[in-house]
Amino acid sequence: MIINSRFFNRSELIGFVSLLLLLVVILPLALDVFRLNLVAKYLTYAFVAIGLVLCWGYGGILSLGQGVFFGLGGYCMAMFLKLEASSVANTKIQSTPGIPDFMDWNQLTQLPFFWKPFQSFPFALAAIILVPAIFAFIIGAAMFKRRVGGVYFAIITQAVAAILTILIVGQQGYTGGINGITDLRTLHGWDIRTDHAKLILYFVEVFLLFVAILVAQFIRLTKLGRILVAMREQEDRVRFSGYSVANFKIFAFCAAAVFAAVGGALFTLEVGFMSPSFVGIVPSIEMVIYTAVGGRLSIFGAVYGTILVNFAKTSLSETFPQLWLFGLGALFIAVVLAFPNGLAGIWGDYVQPRIDRLLASRTKKSGNGGLVANGAPAE
Amino acid sequence: MLIGHQPKEFLLAVEALTVSFDGFKAVNDLSFYVEENEIRVIIGPNGAGKTTVLDLICGKTKATSGSIQFRGKELTKLRENEIVKAGVGRKFQTPSVFEDLSVFENLEISFPRGRTVFGSLTFQRDSVVKDRVEEVAEMIFLKDRLKTSAAELSHGQKQWLEIGMLLIQNPDLLMLDEPVAGMSVSERAKTAELLNRIIKDRSVLVIEHDMKFVEDIAHKVTVLHQGQILSEGTMERVKNDPKVVEVYLGH
Repeated sequence: MIINSRFFNRSELIGFVSLLLLLVVILPLALDVFRLNLVAKYLTYAFVAIGLVLCWGYGGILSLGQGVFFGLGGYCMAMFLKLEASSVANTKIQSTPGIPDFMDWNQLTQLPFFWKPFQSFPFALAAIILVPAIFAFIIGAAMFKRRVGGVYFAIITQAVAAILTILIVGQQGYTGGINGITDLRTLHGWDIRTDHAKLILYFVEVFLLFVAILVAQFIRLTKLGRILVAMREQEDRVRFSGYSVANFKIFAFCAAAVFAAVGGALFTLEVGFMSPSFVGIVPSIEMVIYTAVGGRLSIFGAVYGTILVNFAKTSLSETFPQLWLFGLGALFIAVVLAFPNGLAGIWGDYVQPRIDRLLASRTKKSGNGGLVANGAPAE
Repeated sequence: MLIGHQPKEFLLAVEALTVSFDGFKAVNDLSFYVEENEIRVIIGPNGAGKTTVLDLICGKTKATSGSIQFRGKELTKLRENEIVKAGVGRKFQTPSVFEDLSVFENLEISFPRGRTVFGSLTFQRDSVVKDRVEEVAEMIFLKDRLKTSAAELSHGQKQWLEIGMLLIQNPDLLMLDEPVAGMSVSERAKTAELLNRIIKDRSVLVIEHDMKFVEDIAHKVTVLHQGQILSEGTMERVKNDPKVVEVYLGH
């Protein structure tokens, strides 16, 4: 696919195959549908983490507001599902039948104009991609053209996350308020709440996750991927090599937004509701932690990091609900201080060289003296 | 139709250029002209505004007033990447190369093709690119280091790599900020040889403190002092200018 260099190097191939085995074979066989649905929920965050690898790990643009795009994608999907669930037959006890229940509670008597196009599934699907992309483009263009970057950009993305949360909570009649959009039932008449549907949705999601991984890997291997790395290090040198740095940053930010939005839309399908608690500052920062723990320079590391941190979160928050947030904070600090490249860095620096040495000594013993395992560059 | 003395076509015409930082005029009403295929060296004491002049030409700093004409284009109105496209290349004082990328990738990024977002997504590493990268790598003495990560190069090699990154852009005006600073004696000699080879078919604007090196390469020398021109002319003339001796060469 890419001239002169393989699509995956050795450690990436190991990551790809082991992830494929884990998600397609091991977890579906080992877990019941309830637990598998939890994994599906975790994996929706993996989309965000993959986007952050491109945007933050490669491009050096730290966004602390990915929840915004996760939420926008999730709300676009939820609006379609909610309209389908609010048929006249289902809502005949309301004073205005045929509109979502929360609108009726808030004395709305007709569907707001921006809800109407969401009756169409193709429109909703397009909106899941386009709404976050356009929103990210506007933020990106406003910031990067003015050379706002680094910490300032991170703070502004946080502010955007806070503003959107306040907006959603405040406009209860149009958004469902703090409860979000709940009681989603069917997709084109197909009940998404049954165990069978959850199993199918899990595999659809895993398929899309691998598509996302391949797209991210493709971007990483093009010249654009190398320009992102170059930009992270020497922004001026890129500028004075004839590139518009702002445009490349806008692209990376929009790409990350689209990845996050796809995750958000799948979240709505898997979990059956969407609420502002997945939009704000805290979830946005958690998403960055998943990426940091997994390794911000490794697409596979980020996916594994997301799964592991979420497993830890579920099991620890069940046993020690008050301690969990401290644990998460401590984990983040520990990773940043000791292992800036996260789990993927630990793998590349410590585990893989040891395996290589082991393999090398074994091949020597078996007599193939000249054969030494090549140390793939740590990523 | 044209009778009498004609003004020469200059490649670069800097006129009445002024930049002020909070009232401090780093460059003050500066005018100078660079011809095609000329090597111009700018010298002067610290804080004379030498680097600021290069910053102004390449768009890193915006001028307060004045004009910079390059091939008839007004550079003060263009953005940095447009100035590069117009044909101006700039090397920074400290070597700025992409340390996480290989020597090949560093040169490839500077190759003038696929500079837009979608152009870089569809960029193909074809034989034209590979041949040109190899050709330039040979000029900058790094042909056998193409796969090396730029972080592993010595200071002098990084300077050469950055010069190579400019060469591959094939600019009409090459601006070098202290290209031999921090180099060993043998690296210095090699750099002079490199510069003498690459100045064909282009103009070069160099800032340098090493007077031996300046004498070797300069066609014309401009001496800056407090943002203004103190003296201009051949090295011989400038060296014997009492004003220059007093503020710069004297100590």
